[in-house]
Amino acid sequence: MKKKKYISFVLAGLLTLSYGCNDDSFLDREPTNILLDEQVWKDESLVLSVLANLYGRFPDFQTIESWATFTDFDEAFASAFGEYGRHRNTEYGYGSWGFWDYGYIREINLFIQKCEATTALSETTKARFLAEARFIRAGVYFEAVKRMGGVPLILEPLTYDYSGDASGLRYPRAKEYEIYDFVISELEAIKSTLPAEVNTKSRATKGAALAMKARAALYAGSIAKYGATTPNVSLPNGEVGIPADKANGYYQTALTSAQEVMTLGYSLYNKKPDLGENFASLFYDKANNPEAIFVEDFKLKSGKVQSWTLDNQPRFQSEEQQGGRLNPSLNLVQSFEKLDNTFAPFPISDENGNLIHYSNPTELFAGRDARLYGTVILPGTQFKAKDVDIWAGYLRKDGSIVTSGNLGGQADVDGDGQNEQVVGFSGPIDNLEFSAQTGFYVRKYMDPQVGSGQIGTRSEVWWIRYRYAEVLLNAAEAAFELEQPALAADYLNQVRTRAGLTTPLTTDEVTFDRIVHERKVELAFEGHQLFDMKRWRLAHQVWNGSRISVQDLTSNLGKANKVSTMVYGLWPYKYYDPAKPGTFDWVFKIVLPSQVTNADRFRLGNYYSQIGDDIVNNNPKIIRNPNQ
Amino acid sequence: MKFKIHLCLMLLLGLGLVSCEFDNYDEPKSMLEGRLVYNGEPINVSYNDVSFQLWEPGWQKKTPINVAVDQDGSYSTVLFNNTYKLIIQPFQGPFKSKTNDVTKSDTILVEVKGSQTFDIEVLPYYMIRSAQLTGSGNKASATFKVEQIITGLDAKSVEFVGFYTNKTFFVDRSSSNNIASATLNGADITDMNNISLSVDIPAINPAQNYVYGRVGVKIAGVEDMIFSPVQKINL
Repeated sequence: MKKKKYISFVLAGLLTLSYGCNDDSFLDREPTNILLDEQVWKDESLVLSVLANLYGRFPDFQTIESWATFTDFDEAFASAFGEYGRHRNTEYGYGSWGFWDYGYIREINLFIQKCEATTALSETTKARFLAEARFIRAGVYFEAVKRMGGVPLILEPLTYDYSGDASGLRYPRAKEYEIYDFVISELEAIKSTLPAEVNTKSRATKGAALAMKARAALYAGSIAKYGATTPNVSLPNGEVGIPADKANGYYQTALTSAQEVMTLGYSLYNKKPDLGENFASLFYDKANNPEAIFVEDFKLKSGKVQSWTLDNQPRFQSEEQQGGRLNPSLNLVQSFEKLDNTFAPFPISDENGNLIHYSNPTELFAGRDARLYGTVILPGTQFKAKDVDIWAGYLRKDGSIVTSGNLGGQADVDGDGQNEQVVGFSGPIDNLEFSAQTGFYVRKYMDPQVGSGQIGTRSEVWWIRYRYAEVLLNAAEAAFELEQPALAADYLNQVRTRAGLTTPLTTDEVTFDRIVHERKVELAFEGHQLFDMKRWRLAHQVWNGSRISVQDLTSNLGKANKVSTMVYGLWPYKYYDPAKPGTFDWVFKIVLPSQVTNADRFRLGNYYSQIGDDIVNNNPKIIRNPNQ
Repeated sequence: MKFKIHLCLMLLLGLGLVSCEFDNYDEPKSMLEGRLVYNGEPINVSYNDVSFQLWEPGWQKKTPINVAVDQDGSYSTVLFNNTYKLIIQPFQGPFKSKTNDVTKSDTILVEVKGSQTFDIEVLPYYMIRSAQLTGSGNKASATFKVEQIITGLDAKSVEFVGFYTNKTFFVDRSSSNNIASATLNGADITDMNNISLSVDIPAINPAQNYVYGRVGVKIAGVEDMIFSPVQKINL
């Protein structure tokens, strides 16, 4: 009863209030939780934060924020329970790697429209903001064309008029080369407006624009040239596929733009005497890094931090009870060259099939490209000054193996009744997540700072989208395709010298296989592999769906079209000889992780991702991609 | 009191459900089935790789019905009664589409009126003839002929021929559909009328004394292979 009275009282009160509300100003209030357009476009710092939002949504397929995507191909194994499926599937879905974000493009276009209209900003600031937005837009269209082929080229914010007929908003797909031409011409147009500052990394600069231009032109050139080898991957009106006669023009653009970057003051990172450590620190050293050109930056305690180190730190002595997810494959590890510029699989057994003994696990990996150490955490090395402890067990002289199913597990090796540790604290243990199931962990982008492996802290190491070494490699490839091998050799040798390969390549040694190989080892775990393999039309040959044996794995190293459909590992064992108690040698075995059950298969329909039925339904002018 | 209110609510909900007309269409009932054929012979393809599209006119949204072709070249789908447009997309399958007399293109009009059988005539690049698969011990071998069907300007060469075996009935090139395989590059084939291949069958767990196998031809520049019918091979 009391309650009823109370309710009616409140109701009566409310009624009275609403009766009294006839004043417009009472309801029509300035919102306190959002900023309105006219407020934003009065203030330079607010405009900058709108721009920062646009930067923050710049798309990447593989980044340090999505470690598992690096295991989709042959670079690495996913040592985490929920991701094993990546090695059990055969085909890639036609929709994989799709990108269709016209909401984002519309917001960039809106920004450009409003920025052009505003009078509140100074001319130079306005010009820079405009150029930056156009840089982002060019980058987004580049990303779209890489994945989907030609897409509708929308350069102004489209608005629906609620007339019931949306057909005015339907645009057909542009030709593939038209998008590349747009990207190239935009970047050319804005490069002089952007600051030529080497130390501006996370905003667009002249260097970033030119680096992106070089890469885009190189992609277009190689699609024109190598697209001819897969005539099925094309559409009659050019939405997919670039005419072969355009190849040289694009290669020339790529070479010229890359050479322009070389005049801006960037250089290869060369701060540390130890070349392996030098290569590793190139990725985490953010102070005056002369190599990084355009990055996605992170900052501790700002909310924008990344978990690459947390996810992938060596399991032993890690800062949390996790890590160890990304395990580089033997396929990748063995492709690092020997210092005499030759390829060889790791010598683990002699010609009679007997295992070769080493006194130290790092001996097997010695005398190779320094980038191997900088990219991969090898058995017997350290991270954050702590041993990683990767070894799979004891191999007895009679061939039996003593190991354990637990990290650092114990068993009796020598039969004295005492248990010893029989497996490393980081594994490898087959089928145990976070252990180094291939025998390796990743080092590239790993942050050596204390706390980087803690959930509460994480890491502020940046994600480098464009760096100087890639510009050199782009220039080398373009020069090679333009039949200037001497120039190509020069650029390649600059990158290789930094990696410790001091014998320069001669012009005769610069081949297509070399170019492909150099990108593979220099740019591993940097998100290039898929798009490189696509533009060279190598993807369907390298990931052809057939199983590979150990024999297949260890032959044809350095060949661009080497089949690599399953990720293998290399496990170190301690060799126990009862005649020599207390001492042991190291031996190695090639293993196929048991979770790798199927071979990757890249179908012709994967070259350009599927455009969803909903998109085609809404806009019947959209042509579907081929072979799907 | 409370209980009664709940009971009433339940009753009301139940009544609501009864009176609900879920859908204003009857479900499709007409079964369309058939095979991909060349001169009446079925085209054997890999598992779940080859498909064609059926487009049904009259709907607001245009989404194709993708019909997958089975290993033995057969397909089946349940449809409404209507006239469908059947399209085999370019580069699907180890064959070329034939030009349809009615539409003067590769589109085929299929009039569905009740269940029926409809074979789709296509023009394969190659056919496999007289495949003989035998097994003994842990070895399986195959002999077969490859006949070139499309000659002249549109002819394509053989990239390789392969012999695939699996413990289940699904046998093709995909790594999940074979346990042992052998291939021979097209350039190494001396006589198209007498090709033989053999494979070692690995141990099968649980043990079985037979495998399924078939041979296939990979045509250069064509993604899907054409196969012989799947056969059981006793070991």
